[in-house]
Amino acid sequence: MSQSFLQVQQLAKRFVSKHETLTVFEQANFTIEAGEFVCIIGHSGCGKSTIMNTLAGLDVPTEGVVIMDGREVSGPSLERGVVFQNYSLLPWLSALDNVMFGVRARWPQWSKDEVRTHSLRYLAMVGLAGVEQRKPAQLSGGMRQRVSIARAFATQPKLLLLDEPFGALDALTRGVIQDELVNICAETRQTVFMITHDIDEAILLSDRILLMSNGPGAVIAESVIVDLPKPRKRADIIHHPGYYTIRNHLVDFLVNRSKTFTKYSASVEFPMSVNPLVASGLAVKQSSQPNQISVEQSTHVNHLENA
Amino acid sequence: MRSLDVRAWILSLTFLVMVLGAWEFAVQAPEQTEAQSEYELLMGGAEQEARIPPPSAIAQRAWEELSNPFYDAGPNDKGIGIQLGYSIYRVLSGFFLAVIIALPVGFLIGMSPLMYRALNPYIQLLRPISPLAWMPLALFVIKDSETSAIFVIFICSIWPMLLNTAFGVANVREDWINVARTHELSPFRTAFTVILPAAAPTILTGMRISIGIAWLVIVAAEMLVGGTGIGYYVWNEWNNLDLTSVIFSILMIGLVGMLLDLILTAATKLVQYEE
Ligand SMILES: Nc1ncnc2c1ncn2[C@@H]1O[C@H](COP(=O)(O)OP(=O)(O)OP(=O)(O)O)[C@@H](O)[C@H]1O
Ligand SMILES: [Mg+2]
Repeated sequence: MSQSFLQVQQLAKRFVSKHETLTVFEQANFTIEAGEFVCIIGHSGCGKSTIMNTLAGLDVPTEGVVIMDGREVSGPSLERGVVFQNYSLLPWLSALDNVMFGVRARWPQWSKDEVRTHSLRYLAMVGLAGVEQRKPAQLSGGMRQRVSIARAFATQPKLLLLDEPFGALDALTRGVIQDELVNICAETRQTVFMITHDIDEAILLSDRILLMSNGPGAVIAESVIVDLPKPRKRADIIHHPGYYTIRNHLVDFLVNRSKTFTKYSASVEFPMSVNPLVASGLAVKQSSQPNQISVEQSTHVNHLENA
Repeated sequence: MRSLDVRAWILSLTFLVMVLGAWEFAVQAPEQTEAQSEYELLMGGAEQEARIPPPSAIAQRAWEELSNPFYDAGPNDKGIGIQLGYSIYRVLSGFFLAVIIALPVGFLIGMSPLMYRALNPYIQLLRPISPLAWMPLALFVIKDSETSAIFVIFICSIWPMLLNTAFGVANVREDWINVARTHELSPFRTAFTVILPAAAPTILTGMRISIGIAWLVIVAAEMLVGGTGIGYYVWNEWNNLDLTSVIFSILMIGLVGMLLDLILTAATKLVQYEE
């Protein structure tokens, strides 16, 4: 078996104080293949940002390793582009200069013209041609987020990390940028790891959705395969017969099972790979998924644990 | 907004006219109303008594001085422009020396909690010392009154810049530092392309405070060391009992101080950013 592009092994984050040890999450194991779009969903405070910062190399885990492209992640790198939750644009630079900041760091040997042309192309790609010279404060929230996405894409990282990139946007703007992200990812076959709180957004964008149980002591409980045809359109996808099967499965986890999920008694390794469509008979079970069990089984396992 | 500006101007001018008018009236020489006593006549009239001069006399003196500000007729008789020039030169020399030291040290303290803890006690001890208290020591060590005055300016303007730089650098948003880290910037480039622009408004505010203090201190320092400068000029005119010149130079000190502040404010606006 060839190695996955990204491997996360036995990751844990604990905060040790005099009186107690707080385990934010532990036993986090997952892989991401090249070109895959993976979302992670979980309740607030379960440690999603911490996991992402660890992948970025900004945070050091208490246990475990992250291996990308066969090498251990030991610090931040241009190979991993990050779009932070609050955009993190440099407010004293114009939109163009913010993108150029990234491009110049990526290719220091480029001439000023090359850097500029390259940056302008990516700004145009996110629909921002014409406002390059504005400072972030003169842009709307949606526009700022697009600059931030353009900066990350322009450096052509191997892995793109997005922390709730659309959290602060209104539904309409969010939809527009989601469509753009779908297109760009289809074009560039970008590998993406994204945090979101929005189930519909996750289904629209992901190949796979990681579900985290509640903290403290959270684990990545399930890896849900989104077996819907691509490319997906926001307007069409909701009419797919499997859409609500997947959606209901996710909602059920977040509303009911994430609270009571316990990791100790199950002999299954986490995360369990789940394909809701197979379980409901909408798709054929693929033999290439070794860890995969149906919804009924996974629910059953949890019932036993809770008993 | 426009009308508020206009009304403020009108009010300002009204106050000015009222104060100057009252002043002019209050210091009128009394000899027209009362006959002078024989004793007063003997002493050469009431004029001899030092009296606050009226605004009209000051305006006239200002006109004379400002129409030829750079004349030089010996050590005790130089134009106001030359005297102010000396003071500005000293303030700027001391100020820029302080910039050269305060910026790098402030960066160091701001970026390293260890250095902050190690140096903070000394800063806290040295900062409250009146800059003029350094003067005897400076004169003894440097043996030159000119350089000593510059040193005193240096020592008084370094603290606000040092502390503001350290504060600005230490409080650069974590996110921006993370942006630099994810782009693999070297510490040197991080300092110049992220931390410096992020902290620039705070640093410039420190500089503005510094130059204000420096301008306050230079007058006192020059009164002490003498020779040249606006502080010496004020003291010299006081010794001559020329109150008209004293008041005129007080106004000039205020004017130059205001200009220095305006320049720094404009510079602050250049590096100011909106989040
Ligand atoms: N220095 C610290 N000491 C103790 N606990 C901490 C510390 N820093 C973070 N935590 C805890 O780590 C947990 C995970 O934080 P994290 O930001 O990763 O959550 P999250 O899943 O991204 O939440 P959200 O969805 O709200 O962004 C939180 O519960 C927080 O309380
Ligand atoms: Mg978070």
